[in-house]
Amino acid sequence: MIIQSIDYAAVAPALIVAVAAVALLLADAFDVPRRVLGWASCGALAAALVAVVALAAGGGRRATFCVPGGLRGGGPPSCSYVTDQFTLLFQGVVLAAGVVVVLLSLDEITRAKMPAGEYHFLLLAATAGALTLVAARDLVLLVVALETLSLPVFALVGLRRYDGAATEAALKLFLVSVISAAVMLFGVSLLYGATGAMHLDRLAPALARLPADLEPVAAAGTVLVLAGFGFKVAAVPFHFWAPDVYQGAPLPVAAFLSVVSKAAGFAGLAIVLALGLPAYGHVWGPLVAVLAAATMTLGNLMALRQRTAIRLLAWSSVAQSGYMLAPLAVGDHRLPEAVAATTAYVALYAVMNMGAFAVVVAVQRRGPHSRWDALDDFRGLARSSPSVAAALAFFLICLAGLPPGVMGLFAKVVVFRAALAGGVTWLAVVMAVNTVIGLYYYLVWAVRLFGAPPAGARPPVPDTGVPVRAAIAAAAAGAVVLSAAPQLVLQTVSNVT
Amino acid sequence: MIFVLLLAIPLAGALALLLPAGRFLPGDGAVRRYGVGVSGAALLVALSAAAAFDYGDPSRVQLEIDRDWAPAIGLRFHLGVDGISLPLVLLTALLSLLCFVHALRHPPHGAASDRLLVGLLLVLEVGLLGTFTALDLVLFFVFFEVVLIPMYAVIVLWGGPGRRAAAYKFILYTLLGSGLLLAGMLLVAVNAGTLDATELARRHGAGIAHGVQVNAFLLMVLGFGVKAPMWPLHTWLPDAHTEAPTIGSVLLAGVLLKMGTYGLVRVALPLAPDGAAYWAPWLGLLAVVGIVYGALACLAQRELKRMIAFSSVGHMGFVLLGIATLTPVGVNAALFGNIAHGLITGLLFFLVGAVKVRYGTGELDRLGGGMLTEAPRLASVLTFASVASLGLPGLAGFWGEMLALLGAYRPHADLPRETFVTFMVVGGLGAVLTAAYFLRMLTKITHGAVPADRAAAPAPGPDGPDGTATRTRIAPISRCEYAAWTPLIVLTLLVGLWPKTLLAVTTAPVRALFGGG
Repeated sequence: MIIQSIDYAAVAPALIVAVAAVALLLADAFDVPRRVLGWASCGALAAALVAVVALAAGGGRRATFCVPGGLRGGGPPSCSYVTDQFTLLFQGVVLAAGVVVVLLSLDEITRAKMPAGEYHFLLLAATAGALTLVAARDLVLLVVALETLSLPVFALVGLRRYDGAATEAALKLFLVSVISAAVMLFGVSLLYGATGAMHLDRLAPALARLPADLEPVAAAGTVLVLAGFGFKVAAVPFHFWAPDVYQGAPLPVAAFLSVVSKAAGFAGLAIVLALGLPAYGHVWGPLVAVLAAATMTLGNLMALRQRTAIRLLAWSSVAQSGYMLAPLAVGDHRLPEAVAATTAYVALYAVMNMGAFAVVVAVQRRGPHSRWDALDDFRGLARSSPSVAAALAFFLICLAGLPPGVMGLFAKVVVFRAALAGGVTWLAVVMAVNTVIGLYYYLVWAVRLFGAPPAGARPPVPDTGVPVRAAIAAAAAGAVVLSAAPQLVLQTVSNVT
Repeated sequence: MIFVLLLAIPLAGALALLLPAGRFLPGDGAVRRYGVGVSGAALLVALSAAAAFDYGDPSRVQLEIDRDWAPAIGLRFHLGVDGISLPLVLLTALLSLLCFVHALRHPPHGAASDRLLVGLLLVLEVGLLGTFTALDLVLFFVFFEVVLIPMYAVIVLWGGPGRRAAAYKFILYTLLGSGLLLAGMLLVAVNAGTLDATELARRHGAGIAHGVQVNAFLLMVLGFGVKAPMWPLHTWLPDAHTEAPTIGSVLLAGVLLKMGTYGLVRVALPLAPDGAAYWAPWLGLLAVVGIVYGALACLAQRELKRMIAFSSVGHMGFVLLGIATLTPVGVNAALFGNIAHGLITGLLFFLVGAVKVRYGTGELDRLGGGMLTEAPRLASVLTFASVASLGLPGLAGFWGEMLALLGAYRPHADLPRETFVTFMVVGGLGAVLTAAYFLRMLTKITHGAVPADRAAAPAPGPDGPDGTATRTRIAPISRCEYAAWTPLIVLTLLVGLWPKTLLAVTTAPVRALFGGG
């Protein structure tokens, strides 16, 4: 029997969140008030965020769950759970976004009559999965973490039990996710079969010196693993669940899917491709390029046709996935730069997209029977609440990537640069065309905010609850700070890789 | 440091307007005067930069500031000017101030407050000045993009009846261009390993493969070509210029278009000289098509403002033709043409705005004739601007076009001479057509008798802005209008009579651009 010493400091963020999840579920059983549960959930995420910051300030790389010295056989240390700068950056993004999601949820839980204890338990459990995913450095832990992230989300999406649309969305997400998990597991087993390695630091050298007759197997495994992550990040052609699920889910959960889930998915994808499969860059590079081009183009074209805010955000987040994928299209040519670019884009995207969701949550009024989030319903928001309208306009301009939303512009610059450095010029041209399409629908929405409300209707009045206001303010502050000083993220990212 | 100040003044001015209107500058008049003050301060800083500039060595980048911004992607906050950019910086600062002066008494009618207008124009000025002083490619791109949202908002909020479509067309076209531009610039930058424009210019494309240069130059030309505008990428321009309010059109034609041609000279030519040599004949062809197309389109226009807008396509065609020759003479001509077009077309748009306000229409047929009788001063200035624009020798418009044609007669040794001589002939024909449409316009509206309907209604019209009752119903030129027009008229004369003042500054850096001394 092997007895491992666990570096509890390294796993602290995930552990705090996981323990808090169970504690909140128990507390709910003892009739702790809803409000207290909410703030406790928020506090747990904030505590984990503090742990992440402390780990980052402590510097250095921590690894745990390693193969013991006697079993290594002269190979690399092969740790399953690694807390390095990359991990910490993504954990920071996940946790910060998680705090905002909880803030957005506080009133929504009451309004939509959802069970508070279960909601927070599921949310924290999924967050724990995301935190583990970005730290995982072996295929098994990756798959387990991915499922820990996915399973609670099905339940979260379907938590409004009285709503048929929610149930349908949950079922759709469940089926898609289960299939993708199966596809990915199959890919993982092919890779394991071909190389006999599960740890990424063993997989990469094994793939590099693979006998020729096993290469098709490994290539197939690579493609299947890629497909599995493709579902998670809603890349075309695995995207079709996104709009329906975003629409059916409670809005904060949609925000969670679009930011936290996606960030974790991209982190996992980057980990697998950069650490495990660089030898097969010639296989997955062109594939990712085509996926990226298709994802951004289809996402943008469909977003043009949308009439409701949530579906527009869903398709736009599909399109944004395309931009995030684009740097990875370089294959193994200047791959570290590409991973840095994807990371930077994900981090910047998290801030601006979360902000847009926060405003939509504030503006929408969704009871059990009515929906109220058509784009036209945003007309005149600038009259009833100039600050909220300005915030949303700013987030949209950031997403479009134009000054004054300098952070979005820099996100685009970084992605273009990585793609061009890797020699995929055609993809950069496709991206250039796509930014134009993207600008159109973001701008049309932003202009609506300042127009007159439709005849006979009153302008929308945003939610004045403190938590939602705080969420918008936090996202707006982040967006303004990062627009003035984008190097905060760019610098961190370049240290990471 | 002086350029940090130059950018900081309008930026701080715009940010200060975010303060609550009740506490800071209540009332539209105060805000408009504030705009004049801020842009006047910016012009003073620009003038002191021009005074501090060492004219003995204009090819050296001077008054530099160079700081790390985001070292992770090699981005530096690098500003500075040489002889190529200094005139454009001054032109920008001057035209911005003149627009604010004009708006003092003649604010455009729109859906939003003057406060927003002043703020947007100040941000626009930041973007324009930044574009002309930035020496880092990404920084250049950031400033290049800064102008989009303010200009969009100015068109959409204060524009004419078709403003919405025109504004969307403007921003979408330009964004497409800038996306391609970004791809082209970064393509060179990642292969050269630096984003610094001066460093890249010093290398003259050394170490960058021919194929990369060809692709990069194509992308950059498409990007700058949308802005310039180059035929057939010009279709956003007539709508945007026509629908924009007067000061919007002045800035669009006077400065925004220059960003495209300046970018070609500053960024595209030095970064990818091989690519430039490959594409130059095509660029020349499109330029000449633009010249002829612009002139023919002008002949077909029935509306004054739209006609001036189309004339920009033709004039910028001469600028592009100059660049396409890849010779010092041609590029000098292009830079000269840039400034001349900025002065003259800026003035023309001011005048057209004045005509439209006074007559309530810009339709040539409804304007009828007799403007020299009704409003002699306005008609005289309009005549002056028109003959300057058609390239009368002795005025600013002449030199740019003449030198561009001269450059085409003797293009760079690697370029097919017969082709360029053909371009020269066709371009010359275009110049004749330009004269034709301007003269047609002048005969139509300034000469002849006042139409019967206006002559029959001699009732005293609205009082002139300065309080004097007018003899006819056409208001006289106000002091603000004089203030906005006079500098442009004087400079048009000055630059036309002593072209050396401008050419002396640009010649040395242009020679350096082509690797000469």
